[in-house]
Amino acid sequence: MATTLSRIIKFGIQNFLRNGWLSVATIAVLVLALLVFHGLIVFGVISQTAVASIKDKIDISVYFKDSAPEDEILKVEREIEGLAEVKSVDYVSKDRALDAFKDRHKEDAVIAQALAELQANPLLASLNIKAKDPKEYPNIVERIQDGPAINVIEKISYAQNKSAIERLARLVDTFGNAGLAITITLALIGALVTFNSVRLAIYSNREEIGIMRLVGASNKFINGPYIVSGLIYGVIAAILSLAAAAPIIALASPYVEVFVPEMNLQSYFYGNLISFFGYHLLFGVVLGVVSSAVAVQRYLKL
Amino acid sequence: MIGFHNVSKAYNGQLVLDNINFKISPGEFVCLVGKSGAGKSTIVKLLTGEEKPDQGRVLFGSYEVNKLKPKELPPLRRKIGIVFQDFKLLPIKTAYENVAFAMEVDGRKQEEIDALVPQVLDIVGLADKQYNFPHELSGGMKQRVAIARALVHRPSVIIADEPTGNLDHYNAWEIVNLLLKINDLGTTLILATHSKEIINKINKRVITLDNGKIINDEPHGKYLLK
Repeated sequence: MATTLSRIIKFGIQNFLRNGWLSVATIAVLVLALLVFHGLIVFGVISQTAVASIKDKIDISVYFKDSAPEDEILKVEREIEGLAEVKSVDYVSKDRALDAFKDRHKEDAVIAQALAELQANPLLASLNIKAKDPKEYPNIVERIQDGPAINVIEKISYAQNKSAIERLARLVDTFGNAGLAITITLALIGALVTFNSVRLAIYSNREEIGIMRLVGASNKFINGPYIVSGLIYGVIAAILSLAAAAPIIALASPYVEVFVPEMNLQSYFYGNLISFFGYHLLFGVVLGVVSSAVAVQRYLKL
Repeated sequence: MIGFHNVSKAYNGQLVLDNINFKISPGEFVCLVGKSGAGKSTIVKLLTGEEKPDQGRVLFGSYEVNKLKPKELPPLRRKIGIVFQDFKLLPIKTAYENVAFAMEVDGRKQEEIDALVPQVLDIVGLADKQYNFPHELSGGMKQRVAIARALVHRPSVIIADEPTGNLDHYNAWEIVNLLLKINDLGTTLILATHSKEIINKINKRVITLDNGKIINDEPHGKYLLK
């Protein structure tokens, strides 16, 4: 058994080394497929970060009447916080609103002067609400409007921003679905192209397979070495594709940061290098081995 | 030890072997003679299990070849050494490795392989070409590697299917003499050929095929076809 296995491995390595150009071509295709695969992972992470950042920017504000007492507002805050759809609620008191307003317009002398002349704080207290999912805003608004708090509420900003929020929510959804569809399609294309080139490589060996059969080689001696070669292709392609991905990531990183400021692609790549290598290895080896096994199977039935 | 009983085989409705009967005893040297398409290669393929007869039985020792499943063929093929017109060497293996391969797939021990392969290569006169790849060898040398491979696991039968077809006069005789020598040492030999000169000179049993039928079977035959 051990002898058989060591001979199969020896033949596999021999196949790999002596079929030089065929091995190089197959590995090249596998590297390309792995780069596509890597691109898909990165694309997924970027789009998730982008979507999360868009989601994070969507919020609604509930403004309270000037007369609303603070403890009433805090009670409403607690109620809203209790809703399952709500991610966070931020209470902005009249004073905080004024401070923020002043801060925003500190360069503007006219506004500063106008504020100074006012006796009272003209701004309203508000609650900033962020939902877990932008699609939930209509629900949240409805719940607030149907509750007892409606008496102390001046207005809800949702009404003004309704169409913009809905559009963004739809965009976020579509982005996610399209990403998944593109990922599946491209991964499938990559896998098929690889499978085909491995199949062609083995097809060019069909005569040798016939010879092996005629000198009495059993199936494990025929397909074993091809599977070993497939394994070697996968491992080498995983290393090469990761090495090729590094400069591409370095090049793309600043551009990605322009679109998604929260995303540092390069540090993400190096931070997850080991798991990336794991993915590449898994994908490469599975693709190499399965393609070889399936392709050689055809020629075993003589 | 080899027997064809009422064997018929057709390809696409075209009868290639028509009710063939013959026996070959251990140690015999038998020439299968016939023009191209007479059915020589089909007989070889039926013996190695590459093809199945439409009718009849093909016996090899204790095997009924026509009944073997694909999985049961490798052990049979390891008992037969086959030499082809186009050599059929593995191009990515050296002469040594091509010969060793037949023993490796048979599960022989490494020490045995290391001892026997150089010996057999020496017998066929290629001791100094062990590490050459097939593309570095001449036709005659390639055929000798093929014979060494067929010989190395000590098969009870060697089948040579037009082994001299691709060789010049000198190399052809070298190969035939090698086959005669192997037969002298006790291995049954089946030589499929259409070379009149070889058949007439070696004076061995000749089975003559024409249009899928055996038209003559003589212990010391001559070339009969026109």
